[in-house]
Amino acid sequence: MSSISLKNVKKAYGDDVVIENLNLEIKDGSFTVLVGPSGCGKSTTLRMITGLETITDGDILIDGKRVNDVAPGKRDISMVFQNYALYPTMTVKDNIEFGLINKKIPKEEREKRIREVCEIVGLTEYLDRMPANLSGGQRQRVALARAMVKEPKVFMMDEPLSNLDAKLRGAMRVELINMHKRMGTTFVYVTHDQVEAMSMADDIVLMDKGKIIQQSSPAELYHNPNCIYTAQFVGSPQTNIIDGHLPNEIKLGFRPEKVRMHEVENGINIPAKIATREMLGAEIIYSLETAYGTIMAKTDVDMPVDTELKFGVEYDNMYLFGADTYRIPFTAELKDIIAVVFGGNK
Amino acid sequence: MYSQNKTLEKVKTFADAFFKILFILVIAFPFFWMISTAFQTLKETMRVPLTLWPEKLQWGNFAEVFKTIPVDTYLKNSLIVCTSVVLLQYLIIVPCAYSLAKYDYKAKPLVFGLVLLGQMIPMQLTFLPVYFMFNKAGLINSYASLILPFISNPFGIFMLRQYFMQVPSEIIEAARLDNASDLKIMFKIMMPMVKSALVTIGLLSFISNWNNYFWALIMTNNDLVRTLPIGITLLKDSETLARWNVIMAGNLLLVLPMLGLYIIASKKIRNAFVYSGIK
Repeated sequence: MSSISLKNVKKAYGDDVVIENLNLEIKDGSFTVLVGPSGCGKSTTLRMITGLETITDGDILIDGKRVNDVAPGKRDISMVFQNYALYPTMTVKDNIEFGLINKKIPKEEREKRIREVCEIVGLTEYLDRMPANLSGGQRQRVALARAMVKEPKVFMMDEPLSNLDAKLRGAMRVELINMHKRMGTTFVYVTHDQVEAMSMADDIVLMDKGKIIQQSSPAELYHNPNCIYTAQFVGSPQTNIIDGHLPNEIKLGFRPEKVRMHEVENGINIPAKIATREMLGAEIIYSLETAYGTIMAKTDVDMPVDTELKFGVEYDNMYLFGADTYRIPFTAELKDIIAVVFGGNK
Repeated sequence: MYSQNKTLEKVKTFADAFFKILFILVIAFPFFWMISTAFQTLKETMRVPLTLWPEKLQWGNFAEVFKTIPVDTYLKNSLIVCTSVVLLQYLIIVPCAYSLAKYDYKAKPLVFGLVLLGQMIPMQLTFLPVYFMFNKAGLINSYASLILPFISNPFGIFMLRQYFMQVPSEIIEAARLDNASDLKIMFKIMMPMVKSALVTIGLLSFISNWNNYFWALIMTNNDLVRTLPIGITLLKDSETLARWNVIMAGNLLLVLPMLGLYIIASKKIRNAFVYSGIK
């Protein structure tokens, strides 16, 4: 169990500054997910914490101790790599045991730990196999077992599920959540997949261009985005933004799932025509043509294409963003302006 | 039209087969002739048209080789030289190739350039300075003079570097997180992964050193350290008349061990040139 903090961390490759000034607190025992598009610096951040990447400036602390100059193998960190990075010339057992031997753990203790871990991840009957003779899912388990068996303070995962098929990925997500519960260790998980982030994390760090955009719980991130970037990153289809109709470059945002396919009392009502319809099963996604551009809606109401209607959005479900794309408070004054501009009830 | 096409097809097949057979003959015939001559009598070797198949296999030619030159001394020398070269070169080429493939340091382009240069400059250009150097050091006529110049094998470094580069860096990183030292990563993780390349490089350098005539000729002048290729040529000088049957028997003795090695290891060598997908 450990907390991690990054203080004014900078990372540059020559003149190319990837991360300028990163401050991050990862709580002890949390399941923290670093999420963002590729190239946002999330993997670099992870690798700096492990020590595989040096830092140009700043401090990294694990449990309050500065670890800038501590070798990766001495930081008490385990990591699961995207491509698993198993040692191809070693059996499953040797793969799992390698780290323990290097830590000079006595043989009896090693055997005991390997037995326990393999029991948990279901590898007991594969111990003598070579990695090349395992399926993708099994290799994933070996990588997890190899990380778990060291009983690390921090457990790092760099897109560990991206090489698995959709079904297996869903199952592994549940297993990872259970694993975190059982181990109680700090998990730091990197992904570009918002669904993975939302479903597993108890703390999400959303990053873009080497900066942290928002750090909060999944629910907070969804219900209370602090800028357009966050609002659009989480949720599918992404949050509707209507720009260019309010004074001072204020932008109006609302989620497709908050669009009502009928008029509402305490909100705005906009005339529209259904342009496309995507049937997903329980829900249907519509694209609506309006005077303010295309608006996406997600609802269980079934309507044919080309239907003309007035859809409604309640004031409670609206986000307002300033010219700098950051959230601004929803004041009574702004509410009146919105009602006037979009033809709503006051 | 149809039959014309068929004829063209036939001609093509015939030409294809013809050139293949011709090619094989050009390569294989001298070899066959050597074997055949090794079993002929001296008279048969002189006959025109040439004898392709001896009337009776003359095993005595081999006994004659052993009588004429100290084969056991030469063989011992060859084995000592070749084995030492192969074993010692690993000490140089493995760390060198590993550092060129997986480490970043300022002098890397320079080091790699030197390695390539070593591969590009023929031995015939460098032998003189090396000879003077060894002469000053008193190393002429010693095993060292035959072993030392070959333990840094540029081709080996180059080939091994390619192999190391194909190993995903994550595997090395995983080992670092597993608290393995650099030496341990090299010996326990990297070397087993490039085993087939190591075997191939070892074999190729064993064979090229086994066949090395030029260098041994320059660096030695007595039987104490002379190797087999030099020894075999002495067969020619030992009599006024060249006894081709005995010379070829000697050559066959020289070639056979390598042929055996190659047959045993040919699969390993072929594998080494095909990357065996590690993932």
